Amino acid sequence: MREYIIQATYLTASVLFIVGLKGLTKPDSARRGMQQAAVGMLLAIIGTLLHQEILTYKWIAIGLVVGTALGYPLAKLVPMTAMPQVIAFSHMFGALAATLVGVAEYYHAYHPAGPRLFGLIPRVAEGIDRPKMAALGFEVLLGSLTVTGSFMAFGKLQEFITGRPVTYKGQNAANITLLAASVGCFLYLIYDPTSAAVFYVMIALALGIGVLMVLPIGGADMPVVLSLLNSYAGLAASATGFAIGNNVLIICGALDGAAGFLLSILMTKAMNRSFGNVLFGAFGAQAAAAGKSSADLTVRSVTPEDAALRLAYARRVIIVPGYGMAVAQSQHQVRELAELIEKRGGEVKYAIHPVAGRMPGHMNVLLAEVNVPYDRLYDMDEINGEFAEADVALVIGANDVVNPAARSDPSSPIYGMPILNVDQAKSVIVMKRSMSAGFAGIENELFYDPKTSMLFGDAKKSLTQLVSEVKNV
Amino acid sequence: MSTTFIIQLYVFVLAGFVGYQVITRVPPLLHTPLMSAANAISGISLVGSIVAAGGQYGRVATILGFIAVICAMMNVVGGFLITDRMLRMFKRDEGRATRDEVSTAGAAAADVSGNGKR
Repeated sequence: MREYIIQATYLTASVLFIVGLKGLTKPDSARRGMQQAAVGMLLAIIGTLLHQEILTYKWIAIGLVVGTALGYPLAKLVPMTAMPQVIAFSHMFGALAATLVGVAEYYHAYHPAGPRLFGLIPRVAEGIDRPKMAALGFEVLLGSLTVTGSFMAFGKLQEFITGRPVTYKGQNAANITLLAASVGCFLYLIYDPTSAAVFYVMIALALGIGVLMVLPIGGADMPVVLSLLNSYAGLAASATGFAIGNNVLIICGALDGAAGFLLSILMTKAMNRSFGNVLFGAFGAQAAAAGKSSADLTVRSVTPEDAALRLAYARRVIIVPGYGMAVAQSQHQVRELAELIEKRGGEVKYAIHPVAGRMPGHMNVLLAEVNVPYDRLYDMDEINGEFAEADVALVIGANDVVNPAARSDPSSPIYGMPILNVDQAKSVIVMKRSMSAGFAGIENELFYDPKTSMLFGDAKKSLTQLVSEVKNV
Repeated sequence: MSTTFIIQLYVFVLAGFVGYQVITRVPPLLHTPLMSAANAISGISLVGSIVAAGGQYGRVATILGFIAVICAMMNVVGGFLITDRMLRMFKRDEGRATRDEVSTAGAAAADVSGNGKR
């Protein structure tokens, strides 16, 4: 009887997850969809609690409470601009949980209940059959990799680890060897599940792989890495499901794996680079060689007063937000400026490039945070045709996504990446802190274009000035 | 290979397919909440952690399970709350009409008043 109830709750939970994810296909149904998914999670937890194998609830209860106490402030107190880091951080813990469960399962099979924590790891006869070992191995391999990988992503996004790709000679060879070694351990374990030493070596190797694989990837590519790590964690969860015979785990893992994998593919396509190039290409290193020199070209800089005049009388304005806007925390001022322009009869649209910011949809979230209605936000494909009719294109802290070299210069590292056609606008105002290069480390021809004016300074300060100037016009 | 394993494989493949179908329909606007949601759902490892922590499989397993429960719960609670926080911000312009309504309304007003303001 109990078993039926458990299976029924698991089934309902799975359905709720799928329906919930479907809610994310439209902004209007998104929130409700997530609430449904949350109920699904709750049901999955309740169903598990009813499981026969559970004998003590003490540790579970304490764990749930502590976890909630830690998770709640994490979600509520962190500012929106730190969203990517928080997701990486949270991810690390999810992967850690999956890994620990795998280790616990393995340990239990080979060191049956009893205080034998110390001493050599003996070879014991009882144990795990091969399919289960495969699932278990997969789970801890992916899990460990994701733990350190997520930590590295967190570090690069939070910038306490350098955002520049770290490369050294023979790096790809070394990484592949390491990967081969851990896969070798994995296969050996399937062949002989009792070799506990190999199990733990595999985990150690996987932890190392997580670090070393993310090291050469530049901060700019973190969105791809995060999505990919997301899918690994999902696969690890699925593997857990296979190992302990739990369908909810298999389903959720598959959903999560699909989501992460798809997103990372979409990201690399938007950047027009191959998947392999992102993961192994040490993008930044190429930049040193390519790129035109700009020593003899000049930029036109403009004062806030002049820029304000132009914006105040513009009929059509397209705003292109970039990471710089996020860093300066200037979304609020952007909205104020947009509203002022609209009050004067102008039309303001926002052009969102797929890889603007640190995460897919990053810009959308930041703008939504300050109440910019989402029907003003346009995808690159939707809005690229309208730049030619725009009186002013206002670029705020965006660089590579508006660099015409992607279209015209085959030697450029960003060649082929679809960009926003800002250079087609009637006039361009670029807001930037200084002339330093963006993420790709290359020069941006747009800045030297005769119809482009540069408004130097911190975005927040510049925008605040613009707002007050436009009010006075 | 047991039949259970085969069935589990079916479940996995079908779930993956469903996932693909649903997720390709999520607009780029919602990609960040999607990542956050997927992250929250990966906290389903909580299920395995609960069994490990409560099953009395020995001290090591219980300790590891306990830590795993904390980690996974953090992931779940944090993940769902963050996603909700993001989604709460996506509002249509309640005061103004949608794009289509504005243009038709504008055209109608211009006809009626004879001096349509652009």
